[in-house]
Parts: sequence; C-alpha cells; structure tokens
Amino acid sequence: MIWEALKSLFKKPLTVQYLTKPDEKVPVPERYRGKISYNRDACIGCLLCIRTCPAGAITADERKVSFSLDRCIFCGQCSETCPRKAIEITSKFEIVVYTKSEIASQ
Amino acid sequence: MVNEREVKYDEFARFILPVGPVHPALKEPFHLKIIVKREEVLDVELRLGHVHRGIEFLAENRNLIQAIYLTERICGICSHSHTTCFIQALEEVGGLKPPERALYLRTLIFELERAHSHLLLLGIMAYQIGFDTLFMYTWAAREKVLDLFEEITGNRIHHAMNVIGGVRWDLTPKMAEKTIRVMKDIEVTTRRIYDFFRGETVEKRLSGVGLLSQHDAHELCVVGPTARASGLVFDVRKDDPYAAYGDLNDSFSVISKKEGDSYARTEVRILELFELINIVQAALDRLPNGPINLGESPVRLMRRIPRGEAISRVEAPRGELIYFVKTNGGDGLERLKIRTPTLANIISLKKMLIGCEIADVPVIVTSIDPCLSCANRITLVDHETGEVKVVNADELRRKKS
Repeated sequence: MIWEALKSLFKKPLTVQYLTKPDEKVPVPERYRGKISYNRDACIGCLLCIRTCPAGAITADERKVSFSLDRCIFCGQCSETCPRKAIEITSKFEIVVYTKSEIASQ
Repeated sequence: MVNEREVKYDEFARFILPVGPVHPALKEPFHLKIIVKREEVLDVELRLGHVHRGIEFLAENRNLIQAIYLTERICGICSHSHTTCFIQALEEVGGLKPPERALYLRTLIFELERAHSHLLLLGIMAYQIGFDTLFMYTWAAREKVLDLFEEITGNRIHHAMNVIGGVRWDLTPKMAEKTIRVMKDIEVTTRRIYDFFRGETVEKRLSGVGLLSQHDAHELCVVGPTARASGLVFDVRKDDPYAAYGDLNDSFSVISKKEGDSYARTEVRILELFELINIVQAALDRLPNGPINLGESPVRLMRRIPRGEAISRVEAPRGELIYFVKTNGGDGLERLKIRTPTLANIISLKKMLIGCEIADVPVIVTSIDPCLSCANRITLVDHETGEVKVVNADELRRKKS
C-alpha cells in the first residue's frame, strides 16, 4: 500500500485541464454530440424531426423548423431522421448563455 | 426541590431508526424503517416511491421512436440494457431481423456497460466500508470505459446506440484496437482490485454479513449477481441467449457462489468482470462484416410495426430485466410494463437485514446494487392516517375515471 501511495505521488494526474493550452480546449471525440447546426435552405419542411424528437425541442416555424436548445437532450435523432441532412450535430459543447431569449435565437 | 424521578430503561426497549430517504446507502432516495433492539435489527420496513416518474404512462403517450429515448433514461447506468430490451420486443412484434454485425455491436456495448456498472458498484462497496483509496482506484478504471463509450457512441452514459433494426454507429478498426487496449488495462486493474478485496481487511468486514440462503433467494425470485451469489445458477445470457450471446456462448461461464453473503455478492461481480473481458475479446475477434442496420428511414420502420405484443428479457448488470410491450398498430404504444432487476432484488433486503447490526445496514443495501429510480412504483398512502393501501386493478381504474 505504501509503495502504491509513493508511486501515485509522482504519477501524472488522471484529470485533464479544461484548457490544454491557453486557447485550446480539451479535444472531444469525433462522434461527440453537441450543439445542433441547422441549414435552413436545405430544409424541405417535411416536419419529420418534430414527430421524432423525444424532448419536444423542435417547433414548426413558417414551413421550416426552429430549435429550442434548452429542451434538447442531444440524442441526435433529428439529424438521423432528416431526409435532406439539413440538421447536423456539431461537437460544440460550450452552449451556456446569459438570458433565455439568447437560447431561442441560437 | 423536585425529586428526580428515577428513569428505568427497559433493557429490551425497541427503537425505530429511520434510514434515508436522503442518502441511505447510495445517492438515491428510499426509506428504511428499522426497528432495533440495541444494535440488533429486529424488523425492517421498506418504503419506495420518492422518485416515481411515471415512465410507463409517459411512454404510452409517445410514439415508438420517442419511447426509445425515454426508456434509455430510466436508468443512468444500464441505459443500453433498457433500449436493447425494448427494441428487441419491437423487432419481435414487427418481424424485423437486425444484421449480424449489429447484434455483435449491441453485445459489445452491453458488456462494456456491465464493466462500468460493476466497477461503479465495487467502488461504492469500498467506500461504504471506509476504504476510500480503493474507491478512487476503482473509479479511475471506470473512467477509461466511459471515455471509450464517448469515442464509440458519442456520449458517456446515454449512448443512443440502438435504433429499430440495428445500431447507429459502426466500430472502426481504430476503436476496436482501443477497446482491446482498455480491456487489457481493466484486466490488470481488476486483478489488483481482487487482491485488495481478498485482503484480510475487506474480507473480515464483508463475509457473513447479510446472509441470503439459496432457498430464500429462490423463494423471493431474486435475480442477477445477488441470486448467483446465493448459489442459484441463472443467467439470461446463457439460458435464453439474445443478441450475439448465442454465438459467444463458449467464451464465458456463469459465475456462482454458495456463501450468499455480501462478500460473495462482491466477489461474483469481480469474477464477472474477468468473464466480460473474455466476451468483449471474443466479440471483437468474431465481429462479422456487413451492414449495421436495415438502412431504412426510422420513421418508415416505425410505421411497419403492426399491432401486437411481445415480452423481451435481457441480463442487465443488476440482473434480469423484463419488458412487456404492446403496440397499438399506429406508431404508439398501448401498454409498456417494465420489471427492473432492483424491483426483484429489493424485497430480499428484509431477509438480509433482520438479525444484522446497524453498522452493516449500508453495506448490505449496497451489496445488492440497488438502482432505485428504476424500482419506484405508485403507492397509495392515506393522507390523514398515513396508512398504505393496496388496490387491485379494477379499483385503480375506478379511481382514474
């Protein structure tokens, strides 16, 4: 046990820094599901994503859709359902905002 | 001057000791009313229902695709078990057959999930007996599995791996390599953990605590590692193979112990960790090539599922998980019934706790690996008298209308 403790004393910590370099964040895996990006021009308005969204985060908006990210559970179902690939999951994870209205406009 | 009345303490006074609902053993709420005489536990009353969420009812108001994500969120640890079980039932109703590679990938994620669930419990077990170093050591190993999940499926806990008729993400050769590497690491760490658990300190603390005889385990229909530690040899993976377990049958054996105490329950989980490393390696070796799902749009697949009902069961990390699914022929559910392993196991707590000492209570509760938010059901409590009522289905229907 003492040997183990001494070994741990000189080992690199398991935790990682949030900023690995001054302006570089921890790298996330390729498939990481973060913020949704929506291509409004590619959308054909089939509204299938509204039907399959488990959290009710997508609403109809002038024959297209709009997202409320405060309800999103980041499951990625909408991007899988979309027949035109207008919805994509990005790896952006810093999505904190100051007011509720900012979430709606995202 | 007032005479001080001499107070006689009854030597055999009974005392009701409330344990919980805040942090009874794990960080999940449930209430134990323990009647004690000095240090000895005489009787136990279990109360659940603090985190009832009404998932079954919610699922009946959603369509099948939405219900998949809802079932995934029943448990924060065995999320993949729940979706696999649910989707297996849907596929049986719809007569859909997922491709071979999808079944293997499901199995792979399933076993990785078992790895992180067992490591989690071993850590908590160590924490409950006051061995915090071992707790940190175990959870450091668990972190590697979670990182692997993030790489393969894109999320640490809620993987969203299963879709109707297959899986969503394929395994690249690079990921397979990393999986093997992580499994080797886990094997080394588990050996080390096993050494610690076999050491005198832990063994003395756990052996003989919370005995559950084979007869009682059989009578109470206990499942999973709790049952296997009491001498029952029962594992859905062997007895009723699902996913790719039929093909991988020769790569693992069912671990069973005769003792039936907390130490046996812990040991079964450690030995199962070694078994699941074998399964993961065999699954990666025999991984067939081909498509990973049926290649149709999820909405079309959902509409192809006719009216019907099916029962599906899987061996979740905590034991046998059963789903009863009845579809309504449109795209929704008429009835969903979930029997989680904790619901079967938690009754056995009464048998284990009676006769033990107060200090053993958290250890025994942890040793069955309870996952309480899965196990909560509706209880009708009379508001004025605090009386708990049991009602039958007819009465409940009348109350609803």
